[in-house]
Formats: sequence, structure tokens, C-alpha cells
Amino acid sequence: MHNSAMKKRIAKAKAVDSVMTKLFYLIGSFFLVFLLVLAGYIIVKGILGFYPELLTFSSKGIGNQFFNTIYLVFLSLVISVPLGVAAGIYMAEYSRDGKFLTFLRICIESLSSLPSIVVGLFGYLVFILLTGAKWNLMAGALAVSILSLPLITTTTEDAIRSLPKGFKEGSMALGATKWRTISKVLLPACLPRIATGVILAAGRGFGEAAALLYTAGQSTIINWSNWDVTSSTCPLNPFRPGETLSLHIWAMRTEGSLNPNAPAIANFSAAVLVIMVLAFSLLARITARRISKKSGGQI
Amino acid sequence: MDTTKNIKFNVQSLNLFYGDFQALKDISFTIYENEITALIGPSGCGKSTFLKTLNRMNDLEPNVTLHGSIQLDSQDINKDMDAIELRKRVSMVFQQPNPFPKSVYENVAYGPRINGIRKKAQLDEIVEHSLRQAAIWEEVKDRLHKSALGLSGGQQQRLCIARTLALEPEVILMDEPTSALDPISTMKIEDLASELKKNYTIVIVTHNMQQASRISDRTAFFLLGNLVEYDTTIKLFSQPSDKKTEEYITGRFG
Ligand SMILES: Nc1ncnc2c1ncn2[C@@H]1O[C@H](COP(=O)(O)OP(=O)(O)OP(=O)(O)O)[C@@H](O)[C@H]1O
Ligand SMILES: [Mg+2]
Repeated sequence: MHNSAMKKRIAKAKAVDSVMTKLFYLIGSFFLVFLLVLAGYIIVKGILGFYPELLTFSSKGIGNQFFNTIYLVFLSLVISVPLGVAAGIYMAEYSRDGKFLTFLRICIESLSSLPSIVVGLFGYLVFILLTGAKWNLMAGALAVSILSLPLITTTTEDAIRSLPKGFKEGSMALGATKWRTISKVLLPACLPRIATGVILAAGRGFGEAAALLYTAGQSTIINWSNWDVTSSTCPLNPFRPGETLSLHIWAMRTEGSLNPNAPAIANFSAAVLVIMVLAFSLLARITARRISKKSGGQI
Repeated sequence: MDTTKNIKFNVQSLNLFYGDFQALKDISFTIYENEITALIGPSGCGKSTFLKTLNRMNDLEPNVTLHGSIQLDSQDINKDMDAIELRKRVSMVFQQPNPFPKSVYENVAYGPRINGIRKKAQLDEIVEHSLRQAAIWEEVKDRLHKSALGLSGGQQQRLCIARTLALEPEVILMDEPTSALDPISTMKIEDLASELKKNYTIVIVTHNMQQASRISDRTAFFLLGNLVEYDTTIKLFSQPSDKKTEEYITGRFG
């Protein structure tokens, strides 16, 4: 009697377990299919409208926008990664729990949910109007950094806090200073997770349009044989205007639609953008994994 | 007590509070050089807390207040010494093995690198020597550059001991180092401790009465934050002077 009740209960638990397993597989595969279809659709559509001129670095192609996008993401990461990681370290290891930290958290959370057009207009006000500069890539990169800073800060803080207490204790018990413990043990141990934060932050840079509208601007006038960085037509000058791919897509879908090729340009730009984001994510992950594996952080 | 031995630690009227809770109550005793001192007592009586005061690991915890004095070689560790310097001399092996997420080699080389040793040949030598001392060299010599996280629990614990030895401290604090280990690894670590006391002073927390009586020279019995009895291990286990000690070591409570 007792035995059969037990058997029944086990059978029921097993049934629930198998239903839940299937359910999660289903949800998982749904998202996978959804992503594949979406990315596939964008890429295929982009390729279908392809013509060689698109690849040129001229006003007819998207080469300049491609370069601007990479350069802007690079600039914004150069600003936001060190600052964000430093802020995350501060919040996890140096700040004391209390009112100030709570206040800081609220600030960071609010910052991360700011609409990007607001950040764009703020950037326009501060980096363009106040400085009296023209639209430029650096202003765009700063605006994007405002958006990505909270992401990097919180991922770094969470990553450090979630490490086992033993890493820190073990290092301190050997007479290491706090900074040494952080830089030699804690940070390398959470590198893969910080990489996720950087990927998300870069994603914002790749995809951002509203925040760049009035900061990085919508024009690109560069001369690929001019390598004098102080000149406003040098590709590497960060203080020149530079339209990114996502802004270009938006432009081609609105005012640029007088151009008969606009839909094809927009579609192809979208495909390139999707591939860029995927390639960047893969690269960042592989690099983080490789570093962590090489140092023995992973089995 | 024995006066031929040098005093390593001299603890006087030590009181420790976590917030309002008093975890150590007026502890006074001496730990001798080149001896193994065992700390025993029921769970929650303050053994780990006491051990941590010896190398100021309790500095890492918020809300800890400490009164009284702890002297290492006649120097007050809280007043006259820097915590970083202290921990190089008095190092700790934890209850849970906690290797760093680095290679076996880098784990052991961590301490020497802190001390400024950079030369590869010298590091290689220290790493091998420490791993041999900790009786784990044969098991890891072919995987020195693989992650330490892939080792078994017992191997990890011995690696952590090697990591401490590489630093060449004067005192090694061990908090239940064998509680997660099988009898063979336990025996290896006990043998190691007995071997090490020639050159080091060892303080070991243990829940295992046999272990305390097998390896230690002196034993301290803690109860609810008090040091109830402290004597040579032989005396404490054969003729305890306190009723509570007797009850505890014979397993009648705790
Ligand atoms: N960080 C802390 N904050 C507050 N109370 C603490 C803290 N650490 C320990 N305590 C308390 O202090 C007392 C002594 O703890 P301790 O860890 O020293 O015991 P122990 O003798 O090592 O026990 P065990 O044998 O279980 O490891 C316990 O009552 C514990 O709850
Ligand atoms: Mg303990």
C-alpha cells in the first residue's frame, strides 16, 4: 500500500519532469528558429538587391558607413569599457553598502533605461552646442557610451560579486594586496562574463540611430588618400562627421527614398550590419574563452 | 608549561564581536614554535573566528570589533604590523579547497610572484619543490599547465597547501583541511603536517578527535566562545581537568 503510493508519486514527478523538459526545449527551439529566420530573411533580402557599386567607398556605396560604424563602436568601447569596468570594480569591491551605493544603483538603472533619443539630444546639447563643434564621430561615441556604460558596469559588478568568496580569501591569505587580488585573480576569473557585457555594449553602438542623429551626424565627407589625422577629411579623424550604417538605413528609408536604389541600399546595409554584429559577438566570445582557457581559468 | 620552546603567538584577553554578538570571550594563550596546535570544539564555538584573528583575515569582514592583544614574536600584529606583511608570514589553508581559476603552476607560483620572484628557473624550482612537499607532485607533474579546477577535491586541497608552502611562511593556519577528504588524502595531509612542523608552526582546526590526538602537540578546547581548556595533547586527552572537555572528547556532547 505504502509502496504503491510512493511509486505513484515518483511516476507523477517523472511525468511533470518530462513535460517541463519538453516545454523548455520547445521554447528554446522556438527562439532559435525565430532568430535564424529573422537573420536569414535580412541577409537574403540584402543579398538579393546587391549590385557591386554598393561595396565602394563613395557616396554610391556603403563602404564609408561600414568604416564609420566600426570606428564609432571602437571609440565608444575605448571610452566605456575602462570606465564601466572600473565603476563595476568600485561597486563590487570598494563601495560600502549604504545609502550612497543604493543611490548610485538607482542612477545607473535610470541611465540604462533612458530613451536613446533623449541621450542623443543631450549629446547634441553638450558635445555639439556647448563645445561649438560640428557633428562628429567622437560626440557620437560619447553618446553611445552613455548608453552602454550602465551595461558594462552592472555586468562587471555582478560578475565579481558572483565569484566564490574563496578566490578573494585565498589571495588575501597569501599576502596579496586588494588591487593585486582584483587584477590578478578576480578580473581574469570573470573575463568571459565581462565579455558578454562588452558584446552587449558594442551591440548598442552597432544598432544605435537616434542617439547619433544629432551627434555623429548624417554626412560623411572623407578622402581615402588623406592620412593627416588633423584634417577633417581624414578617415581616422575622430572629430569629423560620420554616418553609421544604422543611421544610413534610416536615412534611406526616409528622406533618401527619392533615390530609386534606396530600398536596395537599406536592405544591403541591414544585412551587413547583422553580419557585423554576429561576427563581433563570435570574435569577442572566442577571444575571452581563449584567454581564459590559456590561463587555466577553464577546464 | 614547557619553557624550552619559543613562543610564537602570545594571545592576551582577546574579545571579538560580530556586531553585538560576542564570538570570542577573553581568550588568552600561547602558541609555541615548531609545534602543531589543534583547536577543537563543537560547531559555532569560534574556532574559525579565532584562527582568522591570527592573520587578520577578519579585517575583510565588516562589523568586526576586536579587543585584546595578539603578539607574533613579541610584536603586536594589530598595532605594529601591516596586514599584508603579516599574511606573508602567517598564511592560511581554508576548509573548502579554493584554488584560483588558473593553471596548477600559476596557483603555486602566485605567492612567490607576490614576493617579487620573476625568474622562470627559480619559479619552476619553487613550484616543483612545493608540490613535492604537499605530496601531489606525482599526480600533477604532467598537467602543470592545465586548469587547477579540473583536480579532485583532495588534490585541490593539497594544491592549496602547496600554494601556501611556496610562500614559505612561518606559520600555517589550517581550518579543517581534511574535512572534505578521503582517508588516504587525509593521511597524506596529516603526515605532511607532522613533517612540516620541523620548519613551520602549525595551527589546525579539526572536528576529528583522533586527528587531534594523532598529530598535535597541544590542544585547545573551545566552547561558546570560551577557551575551556588548553594543555599538551597527551594530558588533555588522557586526564582532562575540565568536566566539559572530558564530555566532549569522549563524545558525550557536541
Ligand atoms: N561573519 C560573521 N558575522 C556574524 N557572525 C558570525 C560571522 N562568522 C561567524 N559568526 C558567528 O560566530 C560564531 C563562531 O563562528 P565560527 O565560524 O568561528 O565557528 P566554528 O567554531 O569555526 O564552527 P564550525 O566548526 O562549524 O566551523 C558562530 O556563532 C557564528 O554564527
Ligand atoms: Mg569553522
